[in-house]
Amino acid sequence: MKYVIIGNSAAGIGAVQGIRELDKDGDITMISDENYHTYSRPLISYWLKGDVTEEGMKYRPNEFYTENKVNALLGKKVVSIDKKNKTVLMDDASVTEYDKLLVATGSDPFVPQLEGLDKVKNKFTFMKMDDVRAVRERLSKNSKVLIIGAGLIGLKAAEAMVRFTNNITVIDLSERILPAVLNEEASHIMKHHIETTGVRFVLGTTVKEFSENTATLTNGDSIDFDILILAVGVRPNTELIDAIGGKVDRGIVTDDTQAVKGFSDIYAAGDCTKSHDITSNTDKMIAILPNAFMQGNVAGKNMAGGVAHYTNAFPMNAAGFFGLHIITAGSYSGEEHTAISESGYKNLFIADNKLKGFILMGDMINNAGIYTSLVREQTPLNEVDLALLLEKPALMAFPAEYRKEKLGGQR
Amino acid sequence: MKKVYVNEERCLGCHLCEFYCSFAGGGETDMAKAFKLGRVVAPRVRIEESKDINFAVQCRHCEDPLCVKSCIAGALTKKNGMVEIDKAKCVGCYTCVLVCPYGCIAPDKKSGGKTVTKCELCLNSAAGEPACVKGCPNKAIVYEERGEQ
Repeated sequence: MKYVIIGNSAAGIGAVQGIRELDKDGDITMISDENYHTYSRPLISYWLKGDVTEEGMKYRPNEFYTENKVNALLGKKVVSIDKKNKTVLMDDASVTEYDKLLVATGSDPFVPQLEGLDKVKNKFTFMKMDDVRAVRERLSKNSKVLIIGAGLIGLKAAEAMVRFTNNITVIDLSERILPAVLNEEASHIMKHHIETTGVRFVLGTTVKEFSENTATLTNGDSIDFDILILAVGVRPNTELIDAIGGKVDRGIVTDDTQAVKGFSDIYAAGDCTKSHDITSNTDKMIAILPNAFMQGNVAGKNMAGGVAHYTNAFPMNAAGFFGLHIITAGSYSGEEHTAISESGYKNLFIADNKLKGFILMGDMINNAGIYTSLVREQTPLNEVDLALLLEKPALMAFPAEYRKEKLGGQR
Repeated sequence: MKKVYVNEERCLGCHLCEFYCSFAGGGETDMAKAFKLGRVVAPRVRIEESKDINFAVQCRHCEDPLCVKSCIAGALTKKNGMVEIDKAKCVGCYTCVLVCPYGCIAPDKKSGGKTVTKCELCLNSAAGEPACVKGCPNKAIVYEERGEQ
């Protein structure tokens, strides 16, 4: 059996591990346009901050490819798939055959069409190793940094850069920071926390026009900068599947075995795909690393002839900014149950007898996974001690029989 | 493989396991010294208690561990049936805290929350066998084979 995996990040690695659980000998070829041993993309901000070395960013050990008998073709880009002859063509004109193909091409930063952006010399995105290396080369203590986008990527970039400069401004079209991850209240708490570090926010506005070192905002203000970071979101890389007539609806559409709709031997996983969010019962992009790994892992098992389904995706995030951590999951709709402590915040969202989502901050994050399991399993809340769960995540809230099964090894 | 199990009916909620656990990971040889000098107590076993139920819970070393699959740094691995944390690789993002269904991975107080900590069956500590089991006065925590992977 010949497996070809396009992509060398979380989804691709998940697939290798999934394949090797069932097929120890099949040929695995992994192709990536990035010339790096597999590394964790979310760790680039930690590298810039100085918390990890480049060696420490490796997502799997140095022996990973040899131990898993993976032929890693790094620094090559797949330009097309020939589904009739079952081959992929690379940018150096070489061709590789496959029996089963995984498209794990990820996503690229979305670069908005802003007036005058072409005049800005020092502009960067913040997603890959080469991006962050380029930023690092430019940064000094006199740098004036402007970050467009107050989402997870923009704020992790800001956090990493304060050790270099105290002149950092973050702007966002939204009226609040982390608009996709936090509600208004939690966002407000985080904003105040980050502002104490000297990072400035200008919200509810965007850039009307750039000159080389100045951004004129739609609210009339102007901001001088010498480093511009574009962190407004990501766009799935779907071109290869588009070109062969596969179904794409913003992301690549797959079934729950991760097979691309309409193809039996082509799979897709990770940021390039669309997921089904069980908490809102809608299809959406869930561009987070655990989702990518799990999709890739399921794809790998199916590619190797096994049977695996990925049926319980939902958005979730864990991140810390300047020491204040947030853990969030699911959808923020339904009846709200809010609590505020000295250094924490919590909001649970309940609808249809289920926990649909939650936001936890600061000292409220402990044992969060117990809440996450209620979201993942869509546990009927009348079967658990809801009053206790509203107070804190606890296994005691589950029936004794359930505990015996889960904790007693009777499963 | 052998795992740590808790017999809820026998647990008195005495919290001794927390002390034995912290002590086992602390490198001290004298328990009084270990806890009386204002040092941080960072047990990897968690007690839940109410008026009539008490039990201790620690990493289940799941057959298909969500924490390992979700770790963004590749710091969590499962080897020979045990889920291990490589603290040198951990960046303290707490994605594992987000996904563990048992609440059995926690920010490590000893590192000021820069990494997480979890039960590793005392295999990496001086005790050599789970200290919580050895120290439990009522056999409420046992270390035995129940056919789990």
